[in-house]
Amino acid sequence: MLEADDFVKGLQGIGFDFFTGVPDTILGGIIAHLTEERIYTPAVREDEAVAMAAGAYFGGKIPAVLMQNSGLGNALNVLESLNLIYQVPCLLLVSWRGFEGKDAPEHLVMGETMTKLLDTIKIPHRTLSAETITDDLQWMAKTFMEQRIPVALLLKKGIVKTVQP
Amino acid sequence: MIGPEEGVMQSRAQAMAAIFELLTDQPLIVCNGFPSREACKLRDRDQNFYMIGSMGVTAGIGLGLALAQPQKTVVVFDGDGNVLMGLGTLATIGALKPKNLIHVVFDNEVYGTTGNQPTYSRSVGLDKMAKAAGYVNVERVWEKEDIVYEFKTMLADSGPSFLLIKVNEQLEEADRIALSPADMTKRFKQSLS
Repeated sequence: MLEADDFVKGLQGIGFDFFTGVPDTILGGIIAHLTEERIYTPAVREDEAVAMAAGAYFGGKIPAVLMQNSGLGNALNVLESLNLIYQVPCLLLVSWRGFEGKDAPEHLVMGETMTKLLDTIKIPHRTLSAETITDDLQWMAKTFMEQRIPVALLLKKGIVKTVQP
Repeated sequence: MIGPEEGVMQSRAQAMAAIFELLTDQPLIVCNGFPSREACKLRDRDQNFYMIGSMGVTAGIGLGLALAQPQKTVVVFDGDGNVLMGLGTLATIGALKPKNLIHVVFDNEVYGTTGNQPTYSRSVGLDKMAKAAGYVNVERVWEKEDIVYEFKTMLADSGPSFLLIKVNEQLEEADRIALSPADMTKRFKQSLS
């Protein structure tokens, strides 16, 4: 299991300097650390978070957006009609709720279809693992820089240490 | 509700033109639909970012830019339908209180680009919602001289500011934006660096 501060340091090392999003329990540890460091700007909806990230990118920042995978639904139109056509990149740190059907009912459909949804709208994605994290981050940074579109890293339960509610 | 005693309403293009007279190098985000087309026709500048989709997040983009570049005053041209679609952003802006954000809303009380279907801004005061959310300066205006006076004041004062301009439904003949979205990103980003 990765420590939240190590994970954030890894992202900052690549250049990420603007963090926004909507919370999820899987992302709780990361958000707690970002908040402690005073580098997290909370959003009220995932599409707003993606829009704020776009504005920050215009202003010279390298943005990351944190969200539960249910939030992908909320963000879909902005990802498609802003980021993908205007070539505005961001990192999407998406928690994989409903993975292998082991979660509350509201997470099961998105949990099963999320990767297909990302494939359909042509957003590159990888599922983060502790063994391959260095390679995962390098791949993400390269895709972000070369394609100038959103890139998603999917976080399963237990990958980064979180806070207990 | 809006009678002659409250002043002579402008068309959105007339109101926009009054504000363009006061802009220097401030970055400007314009919401999707006819507002972007009208702004492009009236005063195209490298610092203009025209949205052609993603309705409801104009102010969110402006907010992100205002946070990233606190030394620049960021102006947002929004519409009533757009604000209503992304109402939560009033709370985000009101809570974060970026001093360098001016949120201008051209309120024609209709979805003008799609055929003048009425919006709820006829009965819901968006300025009151912005005030309640925590915007620092909030004004509602109709006439050109008030638009100019209030916008000038907002340029000089610390925000966030919310200027609600009641406009009529008249659309300005204006073509679609010729610049490709990817080129617009390049042009806008360059103007800010």
